[in-house]
Amino acid sequence: MWNLLQIELFKISKRPRTYIAFAAIAAIVFIFQFAFKADGQSYMNLMLQSVKDSFEFERTKAINGYFMCYIILNTLLVQLPILVALIAADSISGEANMGTLRLLITKPISRTQLILVKFAAATIFTILLLLWMAITSLFFSLLIFGADDMLIFRSKGEESQILLISQDDVMWRYLAAFAYATVALTVIAALSLFLSIFADNSIGPIIATVCIVLVCTIISNINVPIIDKNVRPFLFTSYLVGWKGFFYIATTDEGVPIKGSVENWPAIRNSLSILLLHIGVLLGASVFIFRKKDILS
Amino acid sequence: MHFLKYGLLLTAIFSTVVGKAQGDVAALIQKVGAKIERVNNYTAEGKMKTNVAFLKVPESVVKIYFKKPNRLKIKNEKGISFVPKGAVGINLSNIINGAKYTALDAGMDKIGNTVVRVVKLLPVDDNADIVLSTVYIDEANLVIKKAKTTTRENGSYQLEMTYGIYTAYGLPDKIIFTFNTKEYKLPKGITFDFDDGTAAKKTIPQGLNKNQGQAEITFDSYIINKGVSDALF
Repeated sequence: MWNLLQIELFKISKRPRTYIAFAAIAAIVFIFQFAFKADGQSYMNLMLQSVKDSFEFERTKAINGYFMCYIILNTLLVQLPILVALIAADSISGEANMGTLRLLITKPISRTQLILVKFAAATIFTILLLLWMAITSLFFSLLIFGADDMLIFRSKGEESQILLISQDDVMWRYLAAFAYATVALTVIAALSLFLSIFADNSIGPIIATVCIVLVCTIISNINVPIIDKNVRPFLFTSYLVGWKGFFYIATTDEGVPIKGSVENWPAIRNSLSILLLHIGVLLGASVFIFRKKDILS
Repeated sequence: MHFLKYGLLLTAIFSTVVGKAQGDVAALIQKVGAKIERVNNYTAEGKMKTNVAFLKVPESVVKIYFKKPNRLKIKNEKGISFVPKGAVGINLSNIINGAKYTALDAGMDKIGNTVVRVVKLLPVDDNADIVLSTVYIDEANLVIKKAKTTTRENGSYQLEMTYGIYTAYGLPDKIIFTFNTKEYKLPKGITFDFDDGTAAKKTIPQGLNKNQGQAEITFDSYIINKGVSDALF
């Protein structure tokens, strides 16, 4: 099993498209950092436009490494599923396309093992992608912008809030958020793997994954009450942004943030359970269908 | 004819009494102003607690720098603080010695157990930003316990002061600053928030409405008249 995983990881490392994902992340992150270094004040003014006449605060301190990472994750974690799909959707369909799938299953390994190894390789790729993202968006941002207290701008229903987290209370939240994001993106990897079973080339499953993620994300953010109530809870994309829950700090009745706290643990736990359930169902379905599938290519 | 005579007499008495009262109030204001004027500059250390419905910020350790005539800066050395813009009014000399005004005696009142004289200050300049200030003066200690100010552009704000060991300089141990603020609204479609299915917890400060906020500064120490660099402002 371990040898098989090593082979799969070697195959992923030899594909040029693997490095496209890493290069794309680096490019987007550096563009963000450059833009905020050059004119971060404009973004702050936009976020604070309704109260900028009432308060003054040091905007240069507010645009720090922690804040930058949050802004980058907020933008990139919507696009990251596409990069995960580039690799994971190629798992089975890529073999079928090259005509190596039939040869592969003649080897003394079960089809279940093969699917599990393909899934494990896609998950490791996802983890590496997030690790790269953490290095570029968090650690490089801290080097460029420095560390300070972190501001979170948040809409909750009709209310808008500004939360302030002390800088010594931020890092554990990022560790938890990246761990959560790993689970969220593993759902995409499982979905891509599942779709790749049905195709003989990787373009189809990649496009299908991207379309599913896009359509579900749009529905998740449509803000129509009937959809919010009846459809949204059943879409996995509604839970992809659950990592933000770690930054919604709980407050006292006077509105003072409580250090080390999270506003709604049960909601995060619930979201995480739903994502894990999706992984289980998609992986189980992949194994079940692949075991029964006639391999003709 | 008698009616006119008594009327003139009453008017004269009233003018004398009112004139004397206004003279007393002006003298009182002058004494309070003179006390505040003894402070040319100070550096103070303290804690600031901000209480605004949409702002969830912890208590912060701040340094306050003041330099005559009206320069005041509140700085958080270790983090980020939201300082209400009208907080420059925390500088009492701004209210008392800032501009020419007419002082009117508005009687006596009580703040806690202290009997205070209420004085209304009307600016002489018709175009001044401050429309009206009402100050509540503790006559025994010659300090302002409370000040309500209505401005033309920046709404109304109120200061409540508690005094301790720096009473001799007219500097408070604690200030509660109440101010007006607009409702905070984020631009739509920017944040992609995680909806956990619960409603926002509304924490409107007690005794205030949703468009009001409060900043409470508790001073731990003052360094008075030892010089403050211009670069700090």
